[in-house]
Amino acid sequence: MSRKGIETMVGGFVLLGIVALVFLALKAANLSSFSGDETYPLLAKFDNIGGLKVRSPVRSAGVVVGRVESIALDPKTFQGVVKLDVKKSVQFPADSSARILTSGLLGDQYIGLEAGADEKNFAPGDTIKQTQSAVVLESLISQFLFNKAADAGSTPAAPATNGGKK
Amino acid sequence: MNSLAAIGRYTLDSLRALGHHAFFFWELMRTLPTSLRRPYFAVAQVHALGNLSLLVILSSGLAVGFVLALQTYYALATYGAADSVGLVVNLSLVRELGPVVTALLFAGRAGTSLTAEIGLMKAGEQLAAMELMAVDPKSRVLAPRFLGGIVAMPVLALLFSAVGILGAYVVGVLMIGLDPGNFWSIMESGVDVRRDLGNGIIKSIVFGVICSFVAVYQGYEAKATPEGVARATTRTVVISSLTVLAMDFVLTALMFSPR
Amino acid sequence: MPSEPARPNLDGPSTDALIEVEHVSFGYEPGRTILNDISMRFVRGQVTAILGGSGCGKTTVLRLIGGVHPVNQGSVRFDGEAIDTRNAEQLFRLRRRLGMLFQFGALFTDLSVYENVAFPLREHTDLDDAMIRDIVLMKLNAVGLRGAANLRIAEISGGMGRRVALARAIALDPELLLYDEPFTGLDPIAMGVTANLVRKLNDALGATSLIVSHDVQECFEICDYAYIMASPGVVIAHGRPEELNASTDPQVRQFIRGEPDGPVPFHYPAPPLAQDLGLGV
Repeated sequence: MSRKGIETMVGGFVLLGIVALVFLALKAANLSSFSGDETYPLLAKFDNIGGLKVRSPVRSAGVVVGRVESIALDPKTFQGVVKLDVKKSVQFPADSSARILTSGLLGDQYIGLEAGADEKNFAPGDTIKQTQSAVVLESLISQFLFNKAADAGSTPAAPATNGGKK
Repeated sequence: MNSLAAIGRYTLDSLRALGHHAFFFWELMRTLPTSLRRPYFAVAQVHALGNLSLLVILSSGLAVGFVLALQTYYALATYGAADSVGLVVNLSLVRELGPVVTALLFAGRAGTSLTAEIGLMKAGEQLAAMELMAVDPKSRVLAPRFLGGIVAMPVLALLFSAVGILGAYVVGVLMIGLDPGNFWSIMESGVDVRRDLGNGIIKSIVFGVICSFVAVYQGYEAKATPEGVARATTRTVVISSLTVLAMDFVLTALMFSPR
Repeated sequence: MPSEPARPNLDGPSTDALIEVEHVSFGYEPGRTILNDISMRFVRGQVTAILGGSGCGKTTVLRLIGGVHPVNQGSVRFDGEAIDTRNAEQLFRLRRRLGMLFQFGALFTDLSVYENVAFPLREHTDLDDAMIRDIVLMKLNAVGLRGAANLRIAEISGGMGRRVALARAIALDPELLLYDEPFTGLDPIAMGVTANLVRKLNDALGATSLIVSHDVQECFEICDYAYIMASPGVVIAHGRPEELNASTDPQVRQFIRGEPDGPVPFHYPAPPLAQDLGLGV
């Protein structure tokens, strides 16, 4: 095969590889969603971060607006300090709240931001004051059992009222 | 006592072989600048090793995609998670099967042809003739083939994975009847470009280095007889495959350990 | 260049030597010596033959001159300079001045005849394609294969292959030509052609040629001087062909005349036949 022919074929080969890469990156992975946008940092403190991981999404109304950049423990207050990178194009009022939610029933956890009503917005580096920690399954179960026990304890009072009426 | 001496000798021989490999690798590296001055030879090798392996790689990728889709469907359907077939196939391919299976196929098809070609050139005194013509055979013959393999491997691995996913689409959506929208969206949200795709590409580059180096080394060090060349080609496949699988374990542990 | 008619006269040890092998001993491994304290001189402009039976080490001498292996003892001098095999720059310089014809040609099987001869030109010169074409065709013409330029190596016969290899060896007009068993396996016509070419090219290029062979007849017809080697890697005789033909040394006579038995015995060492057949004592 001639020299030019071989170089053309190799060019085609490499092009095929690039096409495969682009396909895999765009269609089959999350490249298109979030990269390269300018972001600003926000801090949020939680009593329990649950299963939140670095690079977990930050959503508002279900739309991805940022990523978790880092998670650390505050040694004085023993709270989890989460640093978020939020897209510059989305500004939140200074009294917005952050909750740790689960996508689906058994899915990954993410941070949900609910916008507040303040006229002023968060400045970069601000701390979100209102936070709600992740739901811990054990606490949920013990709470459920406690409620159940409470209901069982309070029902005997009802028949007494009925009896009183009669 | 004889067995002890045998073990000792075997260990020393292995160490010697390892050192010999390291020297050879160093010599090969030193010739890269010179050989890159005439890139046509490396380009021709990308054609010989990459283009001419396309048939094997693409058909294997398609077949693996088909089978993976079927098997994961059977497994996931019991949990009502059949819609995740695309995601599971993608992750399996891009993280593991793409780089590894391509490397094994590459060692078998391209690695053996490299070893045989170089071994036969050595047997026909072509390499010695080159040396006496003041042309360094490592720079003129070995380095382009080594580089060609390193360029070809990642491209082949990407094509393998891409074709495999398309194959999974054919089986999952067109044949089984899964929802195409879910197929792609669940896949998209679950596969991370940097972590999964990027690490897979790094793996395939590492495997490319391994397979190309072993093939070129075995060819160059083959005994200049027909049996010598035959044994060298067998060694290429065996050593490449085992090293790739071992490195895969190491790389997977490093890359995909839960943070 | 005009070819010289007669062989030049040897004026004794003061004649200028291109290659000097001085008291060289060599072995691949410490126990096995292939060459034992040999000394040879190869005079400029002459065709010198190294003759000997198989395994006597004559091809090894060629390899040492090419700088492929370092000697264990003694030195090999190329144009007065001792060859140091660890000096890559020196080896590169020396090898540019020599051309070697391997026993079976050692042609590059993936290239055509033309590309084989063009190889040294492409690797070592910056000449453009037109000039390379002219030179390649001239070299092929010198060996009589200009018409075969576009054939693939697989399509040519053994004798033709060796001529192509010769054309490749002279591509850069070397000062030194090394021939490793150039006559082995050739039919009488091809042998005659090759011998003729070796002599003509040597004279036309003003080069020095070394032929390693065991074909005494052909070599004596074209060489000016010859060394005869024998098995433990020693030189048993050297001189001009007429001198060697007249030698009375039994080893030399046996080799030159091809006598089946003599100092080199016919029988491989064995106990007496009667003993092997079990007859008596």
